[in-house]
Formats: sequence, C-alpha cells, structure tokens
Amino acid sequence: MASMLLNSVRRCPVSTSWAVRLGTRALGTTAPLQAQLQTKSKKTLARPGVKNIVLVEGVRTPFLLSGTTYANLMPHDLARAALQGLLNKTSLPKDAVDYIIYGIVIQEVKTSNVAREAALGAGFSDKIPAHTVTMACISSNQAMTSAVGLIAAGQCDAVVAGGAEFMSDVPIRHSRKMRKTMLALNRAKTLGQKLSLIGSIRMSHLSPELPAVAEFSTAETMGHSADRLAAAFGVSRLEQDEFALRSHTLAKKAQDDGLLEDVITFKVPGRDIVSKDNGIRPSSMEQMAKLKPAFVKPHGTVTAANSSFLTDGASAVLIMSEEKALAMGYKPKAYLRDFVYVSQDPKDQLLLGPTYSTPKVLERAGLSMSDIDVFEFHEAFAGQIMANLKAMDSDWFGQTYMGRKAKVGTPPMDKFNLWGGSLSLGHPFGATGCRLVTTVAHRLKKEGGQYGLVAACAAGGQGHAMVIEAYPQ
Amino acid sequence: MPGNTHPYEPVFLYSQYILDIDQECYHYVYLDLPRTLIDMVSRTHVSYEVKDDVAVVRMNDPNSKVNTISIQMQNEMTEVMNELWANDAVKSAVLISSKPGCFIAGADINMIQACSSAEEVTKLSQEGQKMFELVEKSPKPIVAAINGSCLGGGLEFAIACQYRIATKSKKTVLGTPEVMLGLLPGAGGTQRLPKMVGLPNAFDMMLTGRNIRADKAKKMGLVHHLVDPLGPGLKSPEQRTMDYLEEVAIQFAKGIVDKKIPLQKDKGMMQKIQDYVMSFEFVRNQIYKTVHGKVMKQSKGLYPAPLKIIECVKTGVEQGPTAGYLAESQNFGQLAMTAESSALIGLYHGQVACKKNRFGSPAKEVKTLAILGAGLMGAGIAQVTVDKGVRTILKDTTVQGLARGEEQVYKGLNDKTKKKSITSFERDSILSNLCGQLDYKGFEKVDMVIEAVFEDIKIKHAVLKEVEAVVSPHCIFASNTSALPIKDIAAASKRPDKVIGMHYFSPVDKMQLLEIITTDQTSKDTTASAVAVGLKQGKVIIVVGDGPGFYTTRCLAPVLVEAVRVLQEGADPKKLDSLTTSFGFPVGAATLVDEVGIDVAVHVAEDLGKAFGSRFGGGNVDVLKTMVELGFKGRKSGKGWYVYEPGRKIKEVNPEIGEILENYRMKANPAVSSDSDVQYRLISRFVNEAVLCLQEGILNGPLEGDIGAVFGLGFPPCLGGPFRFLDSFGADKLVAKMQQFEAVYGNQFSPCQLLLDHAKDSSKKFHK
Repeated sequence: MASMLLNSVRRCPVSTSWAVRLGTRALGTTAPLQAQLQTKSKKTLARPGVKNIVLVEGVRTPFLLSGTTYANLMPHDLARAALQGLLNKTSLPKDAVDYIIYGIVIQEVKTSNVAREAALGAGFSDKIPAHTVTMACISSNQAMTSAVGLIAAGQCDAVVAGGAEFMSDVPIRHSRKMRKTMLALNRAKTLGQKLSLIGSIRMSHLSPELPAVAEFSTAETMGHSADRLAAAFGVSRLEQDEFALRSHTLAKKAQDDGLLEDVITFKVPGRDIVSKDNGIRPSSMEQMAKLKPAFVKPHGTVTAANSSFLTDGASAVLIMSEEKALAMGYKPKAYLRDFVYVSQDPKDQLLLGPTYSTPKVLERAGLSMSDIDVFEFHEAFAGQIMANLKAMDSDWFGQTYMGRKAKVGTPPMDKFNLWGGSLSLGHPFGATGCRLVTTVAHRLKKEGGQYGLVAACAAGGQGHAMVIEAYPQ
Repeated sequence: MPGNTHPYEPVFLYSQYILDIDQECYHYVYLDLPRTLIDMVSRTHVSYEVKDDVAVVRMNDPNSKVNTISIQMQNEMTEVMNELWANDAVKSAVLISSKPGCFIAGADINMIQACSSAEEVTKLSQEGQKMFELVEKSPKPIVAAINGSCLGGGLEFAIACQYRIATKSKKTVLGTPEVMLGLLPGAGGTQRLPKMVGLPNAFDMMLTGRNIRADKAKKMGLVHHLVDPLGPGLKSPEQRTMDYLEEVAIQFAKGIVDKKIPLQKDKGMMQKIQDYVMSFEFVRNQIYKTVHGKVMKQSKGLYPAPLKIIECVKTGVEQGPTAGYLAESQNFGQLAMTAESSALIGLYHGQVACKKNRFGSPAKEVKTLAILGAGLMGAGIAQVTVDKGVRTILKDTTVQGLARGEEQVYKGLNDKTKKKSITSFERDSILSNLCGQLDYKGFEKVDMVIEAVFEDIKIKHAVLKEVEAVVSPHCIFASNTSALPIKDIAAASKRPDKVIGMHYFSPVDKMQLLEIITTDQTSKDTTASAVAVGLKQGKVIIVVGDGPGFYTTRCLAPVLVEAVRVLQEGADPKKLDSLTTSFGFPVGAATLVDEVGIDVAVHVAEDLGKAFGSRFGGGNVDVLKTMVELGFKGRKSGKGWYVYEPGRKIKEVNPEIGEILENYRMKANPAVSSDSDVQYRLISRFVNEAVLCLQEGILNGPLEGDIGAVFGLGFPPCLGGPFRFLDSFGADKLVAKMQQFEAVYGNQFSPCQLLLDHAKDSSKKFHK
C-alpha cells in the first residue's frame, strides 16, 4: 500500500498543500542537500517531486536465543527497550514524532497493539498514536514502509518504526472444545447448568493447541518447506553448512570488531545487563556434519545448525523527511528509496521472495545488480539463501516462472551479508527487517558504497526488497 | 473389508479405478534420449545405468503414456536383472519409471485377451510369478522408487522388491484393481500381500481394488519410506521430483547394503498382538468365513473373482506357498476365460472411449458456468464444477433454496476435507469459485447455462427466455431434463443451435454418467463444448439423439412400469428388490424408484406413456399417483415403498403401501410369474428398449449403450450392459422368452426388428 502511495505521489506532485511545502522547502525535495559532496560518481536516486525520506538512526536490543536472559519478559518489554535505546541514542524529545508503528508476528493477546503499549512504557508522549502491523518475517519492513508512506503522503514528518518478537513465551491455547465450554460456563446462570458444563469436560478437552511455525494454507512447517526448496534447487547439505558457517564466522568477526553498533545495552529487569547477541557460534564443518536433519527425516538437508534459531529481540528506527531531520539538527544515515512487496505460491515457492523482489525493485530504481555495493538478505535458512541464489542464477527459472528473458543474476558474495545474518545473529521474526536496513546504512558508511539492497522472504509466500542510498558524507 | 453399504458401490468402485488409470499418466510423456544412449543393448522398454555401485533400472514404454507389464517389458527386465546379478560392480539396484505420472499401471490387458485358453493365461501368470520370485530372492537389494500409479502387476513387482519408497504425491496410488476386471492379482499378489499387510488389509485391497494413497500405504506397511514431491527448481516440478526420488532411493540402496537401514521394521505392540491372534487357525477361519459372507452378500455370487481371491489367499496361508502359487496361477487362467471378466474388461475399454471428446475441441472454453435451480441436481452439478476451477454461478429463486444448495456444495467439499483428500484451505479456495445468487447479475459473462429447474415444459420455456434475454450470443443453454425432449424445449429459443440436453444422474458427485442429448439443430460446436464441460467434471459421457426419454430414461421407464405390475401382482417390495439385485443390479427396483422419487417416476411414466403408447404399459401408474397424493414421494419425503428414518440402516416396507396395492390388485399369471420369469420380464423390457434405441439411431453404437446402462442405471456390470448381455446370453434365447411373455401381456414384450435380426442369425454380434 505504501508503495502505491509513493506512486500516486510521483504521478501528481502538484496539489495545493504540496505546492506550498515544495515552495518552502524546494531544496530538500528536489535534490540531496549536499549532493556536490558525493564521493562516488554514481547518480543519486532523488527524483523531482518525490520527498527524500531518511533513516536517522536504527537500534536493536541484543538478539538472544529464546529461553535465555529475556525469558521472563513480555514482548512489549523488548519493544520498550528498543524504543528507549532509540530515544537515548538520538536524544529525541519524547513528543517529537508524529506516529509509531511496530511489527510483530506471534502476538501476545494481552498486548495485541504492542506498539502502543511499548510506546507508553518507553515514555513517549501519550498523544502519539501507535499501531501494530504483521506480515510474518517482513513485519518490521512493513512498519518502516508504512512510515515512509505516511511521510511521503505528507501526513507525518517523523515516524518511529520497529519490530519485536518474543519466542520465550508464546500463547498456548486451550482446545476449541474447552474454550467453548468455558465461554458457555460464563453464561451459565444456575449452579446446575454450571455443574453439568463442568461435568461435560473430558480428557480430550484438556489437550492444548500449540502454535507452530507452519503455513495455515498448506499446514507445512517452514523448515520442511525450506528442505523441499533446497532439494528442488539441488542445494547440497555441504553447501548449506558452508553458508551457515560463513554467516557465523562473519558475525563473530563483526561482533569482535565492534561493527554491530546498532546493538544497545539493556538492563534486563531481575537479570544482568546484556549487550551482545548470544547466538553467534562459529563451529566446524565436522561438527555441523554430525547433526541429523531436523525436518525431513532421514534424507533431508536442513538441520538446526544451518537454520536460523528461535530468537527474542526488538528493533527500532527513526524515519524522517530529510528537511525535518536537518531542521532538527540530525545527520541522517541513509535515504530510504524504492521498495516492493511480492508474493507467490505459498507451498512450493514459500521462501523465494528475494528472487522475485530483487529484480523488481532494481527496475523501479533504474539500477542494475552491479550498481549495488551492499547486499543484506534475510537468512531464514542456509538452504533458502542458496536456493534463492540458484534461482537468480537460472535462465530456465527466470523464463519459466518469472516471465523474464533471462536470469536475474546473483549478488557477488564479497558484498553479501558481510556482518553475518539471521542464521548467526538471530531472527526475531518481527524485528529482523529494521536490523537489515540499519545494517545496510552502517555498512554503506563503513565500506564507502552508495547503494544498498535489502531483500527478505516471509511466510505466506511473500517477499520484500528495498533500495537504500548512502547519505552524502 | 468390502463392507461399504452404499447401494451403488460396485459401480463406483469400478468406475473410480478406471478414471485413475486413464488420467494418471496422461500428461507426462518425455523422451529420455541421453539415458537410452548409455544402454549398450538395443532395449526399448528397460534401461539401466550404474551410479557408484547402484544400478538404476528405468522402465519406459516408448509407445504408451503408461508403463504396463507386457511380454516385451518382462523379457527386457529379466535380461537386465540377469546382467545386474552377474555384474560385480553392482551391489544394489533402484527400480524406477521414467514416466513421472506412472510407475507401472498394471499388466497389459491385451496380452491377457490375446490368449484363447485358460492354460495359456495360467502360463503367463506362472512366468510373472517366476520373475518376481527371482526379484524377491535377489542377492542384491532392489529398491522400488514409486511415483505415480503403481497398480496391479506394478504393485506385485514392487512388493517383490526388498524396499519401497514412494512419493507423497496425489498421483501416487497403490492398489490391486484386478478384481474390477474380473481377475485376481496373478503374479504373486495373493501370496505376498497377506504376509506384508496382514489378512484383513490384504483382503480389503484385493476385494475392493481400491486405490491407496501413499501416506496410507506407509501406515499399512506397504511402503517403507515416503518422499515429498518438490516444487519448481532448476527443472520442472515433475522432473525434479523424479530425480530427487531417484537420489533418495540410491541413498537408501547404499544404506541397505551397508546395513545402516534395516529391511524389517520393529513390530509395534498392536502388530505383535495381531500376529499372535492370527496364529490361531480358528481365528483365520473366522476371517475367511466373514469375508466370504460379505462377498456373497454384496456380489450375490455373480462375480467369481472375489471368491477365487479368497480361495488363493486361503490356500497360500494354510497349505504353503507351492500350493498357493499354483492356485493363484490356475484361478487366474480360469477367471480370464469367464464371461464376467470379458464383460468387465469391455466396460473398461468402453469407459476409456467415453472419456474422449469425439466432437473435437470447442471454439470457446467454458470459463463461467451458470446453473439454474439449486436443488439436489443443480447443487450437485455445481459441486463437480467448482472444484475444477470453473467459475460457477448457482441461481435459485428463493433464499431458502439457494442456502440449501450452497450448503450441499459446502458439505460435499467438507466431506472431502474430513477424508483428507483436500485441505480445508483448498476447500475454501474452491468455494471462492462459487457464486450463489437470486438474479441474473453477471450472466452476460456466462459461457454456458445448465438449467436444473422443475420438469415442466412451461417453466423450462420461461427460464430459457429469461436466460436468452441476458446472456451473450455465444452462451450455450443446456437443459438437465430426464425426459422432456430437447427439441420441445428448444422450440422457445431464438438460437436453437445453442440448445442441448445434459442429463446428469443423482447423486451427481457419485454417479459417473452424463448423457448428452443433441437435436437436429444443435451445432457441432455446442456438442463439443458440452462434452468438454462434462469431461472436465470427470464424467463418462454418452452422446445420444433426441426423443422422449432419450436413451437412459427410455430404457428405465418400461422396467419401472413392469416393476409396478409385479408389485400389483402380489410381490412385496423386498421380494422385488431381491429379485433385481440377485440378477446383478446394484439397487433393487423398488429402492431405485424411491431414490429417483415416486413423483418423478409418475412424470416419466406418463410422459413416455403418451409418447410411446401401449408398449410402455404394464403396471397402473395410478398406484404411483396415489402414493404421491399421500405424500409418499420416496426417500426425499421419508416414505415411499420403504420408510426412511435418519440413522436407521435396515429399512422397513411402508406399511401403508399394502392397502394401496390391494386396491389395484392384479392377478398373476402363473405361466410367467416364477422368480426367473419376473427377472426376465424386467430385463427383457430394458434390453429390448435399448436395442430399439440403437435401431432408431438414438444411440451412436452398442458401446455407448452399454456404458449408459451400467453407469447411469446400474445395469449389472457383470453382464457388461444390454448389448454385451445379448451377445453372451444369445438374442434368440431372450426373444424366445419375450415371445412367451408377449402371449400373456401383449406388445409390451414384442421384440424389436434389430433384436429379431440378431435372434435369427447367431453370428450377428453387437460387439466384435
């Protein structure tokens, strides 16, 4: 929806209120303010009539294996921690944003609008509206692009977006039968009615309903689908283990080198201060080879070691129109440019989002694969990443399933997820999107690149990609 | 167990199987050039290559969409196996088909039909047994990798292998359908299956012939391991799934050689208990007895194959393999020579023929279909249409009628969900193609309208005019009428070339037949389109000429009238039913009238009586009319000849019928009233009318006549249809009987000219 908003803005830039804004802030909307300082010769993606929207700051709590230090919290606690971290880092006045949007996947029933609960708890002004979005693993991407849409439409100038996921505790429900009995019990008037309802409870009423990371439409768990996807593209176990090891190794190095500057320290109530991700564990190929397949037994290839693990964590970003950021005295990190959402068959192409979204967003931005300096792809499973890379490298797949003349082409590995990824850093479903975007901004700065690309897959057979442009130094 | 109580069961079982065989392997034929090049010897059906130390044996019949066990295939397979056993570089083998939709669909029927004596067929069976025995005793483990249909001889081959891996695809089905062709699994099946899946399951498989999905097969112990089908990757899903299956099978073959994968699974507690119980002879005898009883009850002893299957299993279990294999091959030979088997095989061929569109492909595919009337029929047609991805409008005139109809469609699909043949998500997504409405909104986009409104020419004319006022010029108007001539309906049309009859049978989702009726004015494209829609709905189709009652209703009407006469002459409905079912009809005549509806029967009898005069006389239609007046409209009203109460299995005769019959009592003539006479009175009127339809050109040929009678009216499948029945029974014998009845009852039993011609010259046959 947000991309549609952007589109319409592009097509008819002249409306009266817009004209005023454009007139008063012409500099900011037509070209980057400091374009002349651009170090690289590549063109900027700014377009006439389209607002420049910038990432001011991005933070996240340490991503922890679920069931560890965060175990006794609630989802909004994590989101709150991320929001407070953002406030601390940016010194943002607590009433300076117009809106707050959060993404989450597994909802705690008590805090179904987790954005609002977290914002109140983090000390934001209670006058700031907040809503929660959900789009599986690209929920916080959706939060960010919703923010972009609000700013582009002139509704807001500054929005906080973020995401949270808390897998240490998930809602486990009574069975439908039991729920029905309990609800009926509420309405029962006489003792006799109540007793007869209680008497109707059988053993089968007591078996609980557990949430599973499974598609509703196909009832297939994601790991199973990933294993089939890897098999469909002929991805070997060895390739997957190698990629997983690469992810852990790079993440460890990034952590040791202090590159993960988006991570905030968090004093966990009742526990210690945490300041580091705790899932990064570079192992050896031999160790990894020992593991048995986790989903397709005994001949599958997806194991616990080459999959992302259940993670607790939250992230937050501050997004503003460029002129607002500059007016408030911020030095933005990056421009958020074109983005797309795609979706495809949730059974056999569940995790192929990046393959479909990457060429589409590049086309929108008028870029080619070689223009991109920094790639950050969400690593759900090593097999999923390898399958996407093979799909992007296949003329047959491009022609048969994507309606293209030739293959998409693959990102060069020396620009790809260089600071680790979801496999090693962890993957709190709702929070990963903001981590990807912030990492791209940081890497662009560190590596001196101009364009970055974020791509991710999500349950439901959906996908997302966004182009990010470095803010001139 | 053959314990299903549905009256149409034998017909269903039979037809279901054919459908699967026919469609399973339809789309996937590809040539495997590089692999055949590897083959040094000039073999055409079987090839192999050695990967590491595993020989991958591939079957691919180059002349057919499916693999069958033919003489050629058998010879080449024996050759290849001998080479593998002699080759020291080979430690194990994987047996796989090169056709993604089919492992082996069964033995080549033509190979059996080419034999002229039981001994010849017995020899074929023994050769098959010998080959599979060698496979079973192979010193090098053989892994059968199954994707697609694995039926009959194919399954017997697979269960002779040491290990079986199957894909969890919907196309993968295992089964022993021989019984539906009047045969038995003649290549060791009756001996190996009981050992593999236990007596009860083995009997169930062999006596019903039903297809077993892969997941069920795994539970039963018929296959060891399942592999998920893959989606698109670097190759098409079908091709990649085959490659993956092969890769996994190779892994397992190596694992078996390395003793990492056990061939025998540890038996569970239940299995151990069952084995223990089965070790008692009297328990086994009880099972044989129960199964025998059930078969006799269901088949009335008219089908020899199920009894022979029980005999073979029993011989093998009780007297050992030597006696068992001998019994199997000998019985197989005998069965192949029976009239029942050739009747059933004839139906198989007929059904394959009636699943083709002899009118070519229509100019415009029907993408949106509208059905008028959400009654049993209308909703039934909607149900078999929506799940084929066709957008379906279901229109009724009242909210209640529409709600009932939509609920029927939902229930039909939801039952499939409960049986796990579709997921709840698939159900919902199928239902999104259905649009229930009370008006003609959106009819301008409709490609075909099928009306299923009340059987009254005035109402039919009214809806035809309403429809023509709103639809686009290309839209076809089809009438689902069971008796009104289509040309009378078309008389109200501005474009009679677009009017056609599509006569469905109730319940639409279960009954396979669709009778399509064309008038002189119906265009060829209209016919082609109607057939295409019917085929999409999964129907077996006969296309007949126009006339009162077309073909099926016209054959049925005289039987119904005769049945009323039999009742008036003093037989009780139960007696009538037992006479008809013991002749091989799946449903008794009285029950059938209740199912059809007494009111419908009145309509049909009166309409056709008017059209054909005294030839359609017999019983007094007033009997039925009186019943309708009293509200006895058959099953739908709770009372007809019988009383129907929800939840009660045994139905009782409606006690109030006695009085009505008493009022219309007729005196039975003892010369034509023995049980056998009554049976032949019923059957001869049916058969004579069918032959007359052929004589008058209503029928295109005897084959469609047989298919229509068996699949639409339940004509005894063991007799193969009225025309095959005449060929095997002898037209002269039937004519003799008819003349005897004619002397008593008059022209209702006058044989038609074509029948007389066949009676005169015994060399004349309807089927070659």
